[in-house]
Amino acid sequence: MAILLDHVNYIYNEDTPMAAHVLKDICLEIPDGQFVGVIGHTGSGKSTLMQHFNGLLRATSGHIYYNGEDIYKDDYDMKKLRSKVGLVFQYPEHQLFEIDVFSDVCFGPRNLGLDKRETELRAYDALRRVGLEDELFYQSPFDLSGGQKRRVAIAGVLAMKPDVLILDEPTAGLDPKGRDEILQQVKKLQTETGMTILLVSHSMEDVAEYVDRILVMNRGSVLFDDTPRNVFAHYRELEEVGLAAPQVTYILNELRNNGLDVDTSAITTKEAADEIMKLF
Amino acid sequence: MKMIKTDKLTYEYIRRDDDGNVEGITTAVDNVSLDVDAGEFIAILGHNGSGKSTLAKHINAILNPTHGTVWVDGKDTSDEANLWDIRQTAGMVFQNPDNQIIGQVVEEDVGFGPENIGIPTRQIWERVEESLRAVGMYEYRKYSPNKLSGGQKQRVSIAGVLAMHPKCIVLDEPTAMLDPNGRKEVIRAVRALNDVEKITVVLITHYMEETIHADRVFVMDRGKIAMEGAPREVFSQVDKLKELRLDVPQVTLLAYELQKRGLQLPNGILTVQELTQELSRILAERERK
Repeated sequence: MAILLDHVNYIYNEDTPMAAHVLKDICLEIPDGQFVGVIGHTGSGKSTLMQHFNGLLRATSGHIYYNGEDIYKDDYDMKKLRSKVGLVFQYPEHQLFEIDVFSDVCFGPRNLGLDKRETELRAYDALRRVGLEDELFYQSPFDLSGGQKRRVAIAGVLAMKPDVLILDEPTAGLDPKGRDEILQQVKKLQTETGMTILLVSHSMEDVAEYVDRILVMNRGSVLFDDTPRNVFAHYRELEEVGLAAPQVTYILNELRNNGLDVDTSAITTKEAADEIMKLF
Repeated sequence: MKMIKTDKLTYEYIRRDDDGNVEGITTAVDNVSLDVDAGEFIAILGHNGSGKSTLAKHINAILNPTHGTVWVDGKDTSDEANLWDIRQTAGMVFQNPDNQIIGQVVEEDVGFGPENIGIPTRQIWERVEESLRAVGMYEYRKYSPNKLSGGQKQRVSIAGVLAMHPKCIVLDEPTAMLDPNGRKEVIRAVRALNDVEKITVVLITHYMEETIHADRVFVMDRGKIAMEGAPREVFSQVDKLKELRLDVPQVTLLAYELQKRGLQLPNGILTVQELTQELSRILAERERK
């Protein structure tokens, strides 16, 4: 079971002079339980692509299959799809609205028609999973710090018990520790529950550290689709499309250019340190 | 003359419950005294909620101190008679470029500020041109802002501030929403303003590597200044920064990791070139032995 995109095209304002072809013939398979990083410059089509996964946008042509079923079939249950594929938008904390944290997280499951007991169990479980301390549960979400609000918003989606979690730049504007905390919790979710994760990010270092696979979007097409190590080996091409590799990739390449015999494929600080120590 | 000077600056928020009763007081900035010289480039780091933005908002009198005093270019920000002067002296750029752009065309947007203070038309055009050139956006002057990338939009926002001829620019996380290229463009533009135009820069950011060219780095924690110094001094204290929920540039972290594994590297390495040189030096020394 998986998500399958088959020749998906998306054109904004089709049949008008403003038409813009933002997704071009995308074919992808995302198996269950994979942690996928999606990178690309602003306007490369990342967010548009993400909004196809739960049917918020409908492809102009092509098909999307979720667990083998065509989501564009007339009798397909879109509501169910949206509860299975959870989408956390950019700056999700702007969508918090309830009087306290716990009620805010209960909103989603209650809307699914679940009873009070199940709703509250799910909300509690979701808040624990994002690592929010119990004493904050009955505070107004507006009194929390940026990182805490972000986690409440993610919990709101987790409480729907999705099989697939899509996070659109979940760490933008957070301090470094806050970035690490959120990404570690997301990683834990993937390993503990087998949830499929799609992470849109502008931070190459973060992507290198956490994901199994990277999709690089450029002008509406998939430019690279491979493991982080293989993708970042193309760092020159990545720069040409407004991206970059993690800093350590540059260090190792610089060392190599200076005649030192190092393997340049490390993408995290620890791997780079291991590689450099081999010289000594 | 100091461009910015704060003396025992304290800012308190009063928290109220639903009925408007006072629940408590939060001290966002706590007894901060600092000086910034004209032409200096300073960076402010700190975790979310450490008081960076509250401090920054005092520099162009969006907020006034609860206690203490702030002077910008010698003028007390609490004195209402100085308000317009201060806002013109210190311009501010925020995180989201979409919230700062109002014009339909790039050059119109940049001209909005000077037009508002009654600058003659001819001079407005001169200012628009020089500001757009300073941030490398002149060739986009006839574009609609919504056709630009994030980094380009943010540079237009900066040009809009520049057109007011400020002596000082405060940038509050200007790159938080940008892709790597956009971040690079904006930081390059900011550094040029400081180097070439000699404008005083206060840069607030969560990206450690953007601050390595600053003259001084301040680290805030719980409203106070927890660390202060040249980037090299501040970033050599990796453990302390981690305690403050921050980080160091990845190069610095790698050097620190290599130090822990026994390599004799100096503290606070900030660039790829420095690390490469140091490693080559160590290797050469070993060979000689």
